[in-house]
Amino acid sequence: MTAVGDVRRRRIDELAARAGQVPEGEGGVSLTTSAFRRLRRNPVAILGAVIVLVFLVVAAFAPWLAPRDPLAQTLLSEVRPGFIPGPQEGFPLGADQLGRDLLSRLVYGSRQSLLIGVVSTVLGAVVGMALGVLAGAFGGWVDTVVMRAVDILLSIPSLLMAISISVLLGQNQYALMIAIAVTQVPVFARLLRGSMLAQRGNDYVLAARALGVRKGRIVFGHVLPNSLSPVIVQATLSLATAIIEAAALSFLGLGDPDVARPEWGAMLSTAQSFLSVRPALAVWPALCIIVVALGFTLLGESLREALDPKFRR
Amino acid sequence: MSIEAMPPESGLRTDVPVLEVEDLSVTFVRRGEQPTRAVDEVSFSVAAGETIGLVGESGCGKSVTSLAVMGLLPRRGVQVGGSVRLGGTELLGASDRTLRRLRGSEMAMVFQDPLSSLNPTVPIGTQVTEVLAEHRGLGKKEATAEAAELLDRVGIPDPTRRLKEYPHQLSGGMRQRALIAMALACSPRLLIADEPTTALDVTIQAQILELLRELVVDTGTALVMITHDLGVVAGLCDRVHVMYAGKVIETADRHDLFARPRQPYTGGLLASVPRLDAGRGVPLTPIRGSARDAIPWAEGCAFAPRCDNAQDDCLTEVAGSTVPLEYDGPGRELRCRHPLTYPPSPTGATSSGSTASGAGR
Repeated sequence: MTAVGDVRRRRIDELAARAGQVPEGEGGVSLTTSAFRRLRRNPVAILGAVIVLVFLVVAAFAPWLAPRDPLAQTLLSEVRPGFIPGPQEGFPLGADQLGRDLLSRLVYGSRQSLLIGVVSTVLGAVVGMALGVLAGAFGGWVDTVVMRAVDILLSIPSLLMAISISVLLGQNQYALMIAIAVTQVPVFARLLRGSMLAQRGNDYVLAARALGVRKGRIVFGHVLPNSLSPVIVQATLSLATAIIEAAALSFLGLGDPDVARPEWGAMLSTAQSFLSVRPALAVWPALCIIVVALGFTLLGESLREALDPKFRR
Repeated sequence: MSIEAMPPESGLRTDVPVLEVEDLSVTFVRRGEQPTRAVDEVSFSVAAGETIGLVGESGCGKSVTSLAVMGLLPRRGVQVGGSVRLGGTELLGASDRTLRRLRGSEMAMVFQDPLSSLNPTVPIGTQVTEVLAEHRGLGKKEATAEAAELLDRVGIPDPTRRLKEYPHQLSGGMRQRALIAMALACSPRLLIADEPTTALDVTIQAQILELLRELVVDTGTALVMITHDLGVVAGLCDRVHVMYAGKVIETADRHDLFARPRQPYTGGLLASVPRLDAGRGVPLTPIRGSARDAIPWAEGCAFAPRCDNAQDDCLTEVAGSTVPLEYDGPGRELRCRHPLTYPPSPTGATSSGSTASGAGR
């Protein structure tokens, strides 16, 4: 009887002691950290991240990964009208119409596509967020002016807009980046403004005001950090769109004037003429564009799930 | 830098009540809609170390009153009239800058829901030090040390660790304690607590109330408790103002109010408190109808449609004037033409509370 009582008491003490302990690494978990944890448990997120990571690595280490020089016309002698050499020893994907190694061109092409995608998205996000903060923080006529301007931008089809801007700025890759960035601006501005307006009505903003916290600090220290998660999601999704748009503009001949430099969209464009001879020339760059866009989309969608409290299971 | 240096700087006087509210009216105006008067000529004052209660049902104007005092109502679509003086300084019409300086340092507020009142993405410590940096100009290190001390003072164990934690990691009671710590960071003269215990469970409620009471006693802060919980009033408030449909309808000392409520509405509130010693199966005694049944004050007593004592002259049409707030014995004011009456008791006005008539307790 007493023995059982002792055991039970010891057991209870043990449990109590354990309950009092904080598990390792649980102290001070921010929302970002817990969102990241949810992200890691989502297989879709892992898939997206792996795709994105693979392409990033390929782009970063292109000179070491590409089997040959993407500009060297090694197999030019074998190219005849109606024949382009296919896969063979040393050329796993064959050559293009000028005898250059297709795989090496795809590898180097990832640099251009990712660079344009990332730079234009970052540019668009920064400008869009600045406008969004302006509208969301000041409200009133500032809000009205900024948002109407954004509405006008939004009403122009993005590809048309990008084409007009690249025509206006001349044909070079910076113009391309700016053109794509401009089409991204309205999305970010609206998103951040809406998100900030929603946050501004929250009790903690009222509580901060009741404590005499400065307006600037309320906007940047309280409202903005809480409004960022949809923007982060949008940025990931926008990367996919930017890469596709970059390819589309190059396809239309508005990209880099140096046609020799490999770029997926431009490769796709030239491959058109040889579709009947060797369709693989179009298939591979198209596949690259699709897969990388898919990777960013998967990552973005699972980020949205991880950051949105409504999706929490 | 130190608190002692603050009073002369703020220009607030100490020879007048901490807060004087006179004929405060708040009207919400919307285009194409009838203006809504949420607060209607409310007057009260609070001295240092005193606790007053603003009591009433949801929608009677308690919270709007507190927001108007703090200057936190939006400027657009809101008309505020009357006078609100903090230490003799007029707050209505004061510049945003002046108000912001006073908020947090001379007057502070604790809100109803401790979770939503804390920023979920910012650690507790940052939210406390922010106030210290803003009003007392403390550096990061000093502010952190001071914040730990504040958390300790409001009874949060292991404050140094808690400072690094996020709101969702604290329990409801601890969050409210943290908010109280933030409100008290600069030793304000006035603390407004807007239903600070509503979102907490009963045992925690008692702890928080006890904490507030201690702080008022220790620091001499004037406390305005906004509540619909008469238990809170009984335990904490010196004076009570009962509000209905935007107007004060009865004012009395706590003891008088509980012993001899005069306004039938107050009587109804007291009678509707569930009693543990009531027999099984004894139904609760609610007040008829709901706050939505109130009629405009211009047409008569707003409570008349729900009142058991109501007679024809409660309506302006019959009496020729709306019901005024009148002197009703020492320290009491009453807005009622047919109040609850009590048989004269030998001990005088402040009886011990056993007399029962009408809906009294």
